[in-house]
Amino acid sequence: MSDGNQGGSKLKVVGQRPVRPDGVDKVTGRAMFGADFHLPGMLTGRIKRSPHAHARIIRIDTSAAEALAGVKAVATGADFDTGAGGEVEAGEGATAVKEVAANCLAMGKALYQGHAVAAVAATSPEIAAEALDLIEVTYEVLPHVIDVEEAIAANAPVLHDDLFTTGVTPKPAKPSNVAVKTVMGRGDVPGAFAAADVTVEGHYSTAAVHQGYIEPHACVASFGADGQSVVWCSSQGQFLVRALCAKILNMPLSDIKVIPAEIGGGFGGKTTVYLEPVALALSRKCGRPVKIVMSREEVFLASGPTSGAVMDIKLAATEAGKITAAEMTLKYQAGAFPGSPVHLGCMTAFACYDVENLALTGYDVVSNRPKVAAYRAPGAPMAAFAVESAIDDLAKKLGMDPIDIRILNGVRDGMKTVYGATVRSCAFVEMLEQLKAHPHYQTPVAAGQARGVAAGFWFNIGGESSAAVHVDEDGGVTVVSSNPDIGGSRASMAMMAAEVLGLPIEKVRCTVADTTSIGFSGSTGGSRVTFATGMAVCQAAEKVVVDLKRRAAATWECDIANVEWRDGAAVCTDPAKDVKPLSMKALASKSAKTGGPIASEVSINAQGAAAGYGAHICDLQIDRETGRTTVVRYTAAQDVGRAIHPSYVEGQLQGGAAQGVGWALNEEYVYGPKGTLDNASFLDYRMPVASDLPMIDTILVETKPNPRHPFGAKGVGEVPIVPPLAAVANAVSQIVGKRMTSLPLSPARVLAAMEEK
Amino acid sequence: MSGVDYLSPTTIAEAVKALGQAGGGARLMAGGTDLLVQMRGGRAKPQTVIDIKRIPGLMDIRAEGGGFVIGAATSGAVLGEHAALRKAWPGIVEAANLIGSTQVQGRASLGGNLCNASPAADSVPALIAAAAVCIVEGSNGRREIPVEKVQISPGKMSLAPDEILIAFRLPPRPAKSGDAYLRLIPRTEMDIAVVGAGVSLTFDASGTCMAARVSVGAVAPTALLVEGAGMALVGSKLDEGALAKMDAAVAAACKPISDKRGTAEYRTKIACVLARRAALIARERAGA
Repeated sequence: MSDGNQGGSKLKVVGQRPVRPDGVDKVTGRAMFGADFHLPGMLTGRIKRSPHAHARIIRIDTSAAEALAGVKAVATGADFDTGAGGEVEAGEGATAVKEVAANCLAMGKALYQGHAVAAVAATSPEIAAEALDLIEVTYEVLPHVIDVEEAIAANAPVLHDDLFTTGVTPKPAKPSNVAVKTVMGRGDVPGAFAAADVTVEGHYSTAAVHQGYIEPHACVASFGADGQSVVWCSSQGQFLVRALCAKILNMPLSDIKVIPAEIGGGFGGKTTVYLEPVALALSRKCGRPVKIVMSREEVFLASGPTSGAVMDIKLAATEAGKITAAEMTLKYQAGAFPGSPVHLGCMTAFACYDVENLALTGYDVVSNRPKVAAYRAPGAPMAAFAVESAIDDLAKKLGMDPIDIRILNGVRDGMKTVYGATVRSCAFVEMLEQLKAHPHYQTPVAAGQARGVAAGFWFNIGGESSAAVHVDEDGGVTVVSSNPDIGGSRASMAMMAAEVLGLPIEKVRCTVADTTSIGFSGSTGGSRVTFATGMAVCQAAEKVVVDLKRRAAATWECDIANVEWRDGAAVCTDPAKDVKPLSMKALASKSAKTGGPIASEVSINAQGAAAGYGAHICDLQIDRETGRTTVVRYTAAQDVGRAIHPSYVEGQLQGGAAQGVGWALNEEYVYGPKGTLDNASFLDYRMPVASDLPMIDTILVETKPNPRHPFGAKGVGEVPIVPPLAAVANAVSQIVGKRMTSLPLSPARVLAAMEEK
Repeated sequence: MSGVDYLSPTTIAEAVKALGQAGGGARLMAGGTDLLVQMRGGRAKPQTVIDIKRIPGLMDIRAEGGGFVIGAATSGAVLGEHAALRKAWPGIVEAANLIGSTQVQGRASLGGNLCNASPAADSVPALIAAAAVCIVEGSNGRREIPVEKVQISPGKMSLAPDEILIAFRLPPRPAKSGDAYLRLIPRTEMDIAVVGAGVSLTFDASGTCMAARVSVGAVAPTALLVEGAGMALVGSKLDEGALAKMDAAVAAACKPISDKRGTAEYRTKIACVLARRAALIARERAGA
């Protein structure tokens, strides 16, 4: 493993591995998660959900529930007022407000089993449960459709009468379940296929999978008599929650204060709202605080998984292994409302490779499933599964080493992506070379095992962020972040501030502020926080340094040009002055005499995020009598720019790999004939447990720091879930003796494939 | 909705009386690892919960009549730490110890695993293979019934409404005996059996199988005693012919459903694979 700070760097904090600042609270139970807030007079909110996959709501009779003693409010979709609607930037893309609202409480139709249709607030959980039973919903059950190919078929039940496919001309005459057709490409694909020495093709599919965060969605909302409201919740963005609540309830932004709770995992799934507008609507009706906490079953039924996908792919190549063209069709499940990440699938599919001729077509398809939400590199893992499987086929056909064929085709600085960006600060090829040299790859595959290799890409983003640096009177420092800490950002923010300020990490604390206590920030998503909010932290700390130097110059009555900031103290370089350095502590304690409190807040729109590249090796074995796969060795390499806190970065690689292995082997949504979900629990939705995986080894590649970030950071959180699907499937395919094209590779499916052969 | 009455009797008679008086509205609780989850999920709505853990003897393991008597509320963790039991019946102990997590092991009981009446209960095939007998007591007195006669369908038992499972009786163990339990789960732990198989064997000095019981779980509405599978092994040295006969008997006995945990076809195949593997482990443990 890399220690993250090699090569004679002068950095003292960045690249080290200090104790994690959120650790003690999390292991002792002191951390306050979404469900941990209690207010006097607080009511329990509960949601009534559709038992049907697809039904018209004829009538909702809430009178009996409202008459029950202890029930203080009942809400339905009629309590929302989205006005003109519009879109809100959420996580990794814009989201339509009307659809978010209709997902929080159904409007006219229930579009999937578990779709919220009404809500109650009552003085006890028991009364709330009883009230739910008293709400009478009259449904007209409609034919449903679950499968993406069936939803596209001409005779499929149509979910939305007003959904006409965009991206096709002329505009279709009839509504359908295809929300968007995305086309992108370049070059002469048919020509390249005609001239190819070798081609491969395949039809691939993946199942819908859930983010699987341990903490269910939870919030407390309190609507004040003066119209001002407070929401406490676990989310990936307090500003996003505020924006969506304001739009859905037609309230001014400044009348809603959102206080972020500690978050027990999000992985993209908490970049939208399910409960907060409902709790606020209930609180507005009764004037009391309302708390709603989802059960695990509700999380599975009604919060976003990511899309299952169906993909067709063809590659053309020269005899030497150079890929000359690729053609790919991607059909992604959006769930009940449009908005699958299929366009991201198209953009990322070949982002690791220099392919001259490309033709990609994506379809965003609605069906009677919960609306998808962002999940770690949204859209990329499924596309990479097909692409990396096809490249594996190509390597086999040509007798090439799987890493060599990726090096041969790998992107290098200056090349153009299919979506128009120019590749820069890219260490894809160096990373593959390091992976090839790693002891794992140099060790022959053990008897009875197989080895799979696959690569992956994620954009990483920057965007709007705010941060403040406050110097406390004793010379300690508080860093105020605008982003909920999911992957260790309090550690990285504090470390970058400590580095700029020349302080030991123990002197710097980082907190996450509510929406009224710091400037606006985009959500924690897109692997953007260490890059973008980190840049704001560095700039705020640099401003503080300038201010400290000014104060020292004033104290010494010297020119500021003769003051340097070294190791947390102002040093006078004017030979005429015989003065001792002024420490942070000394300057802070006298701040009243040098201009008042020392603090700085910076708000930026950070540009220059650098893309991330990963490649993984997976060794596994299969029980030939049961089809059960055991992963025995796993190594993940990634182009990380520079690791601010290497342990957290390694943790991101390990966590992404673990989720990807689960996606490959066992995770799936299982639907019954009525379109209802059969496995809405962790018992039967089989995410990996710790003992399912070996220790995942990591290689942090730091040969190309991002020049646009003060310390060279690139986003690291999402890339590592992209390669594992194909890394696992490529190894399984070798043992089975044929290409495995459909995930998950559950024991029954693998056994059937081995017996078919 | 009103509250739930909680009773913790200290005698069997008291518990039987409370169960009878509740007239079907009560549930017995040992570790509570199934019951409390069902109550929280709204799948069980008892008016009364009768905790049997304070009744003397219900959480004990006693050597008796050359075998063992295991109190119905004895937890997996306690079974796992009982050296003599582990030596005599490693298959039962390993089956009980597969249930849930380390934390769950501290509470989940052998009796609860049977009385939850799930066809996939891990300890049940091992207990059936062991020819374990249930000691039950109700207002009509005490009786003993074989474990395989307790479950009648998923969630349903043959016990009378006021009968309580008090203990399991394990028979004396002859020399050169061994048992084993295996299950298939896609993960490594914290999962529910797609298929389970328990085998108990006794050999003579020459290594010939003298007695065999084979039980499979999650392949029918209840765990099954497959008598034909045991008969296929008796008189053999577990040669391929005998094992093939066992396979055929197991396959014929399986009546699985296809569900989220596996297809009927897959379950039947795996039942045969696991029964074979468990038989070979049991032989090794028997020292034959």
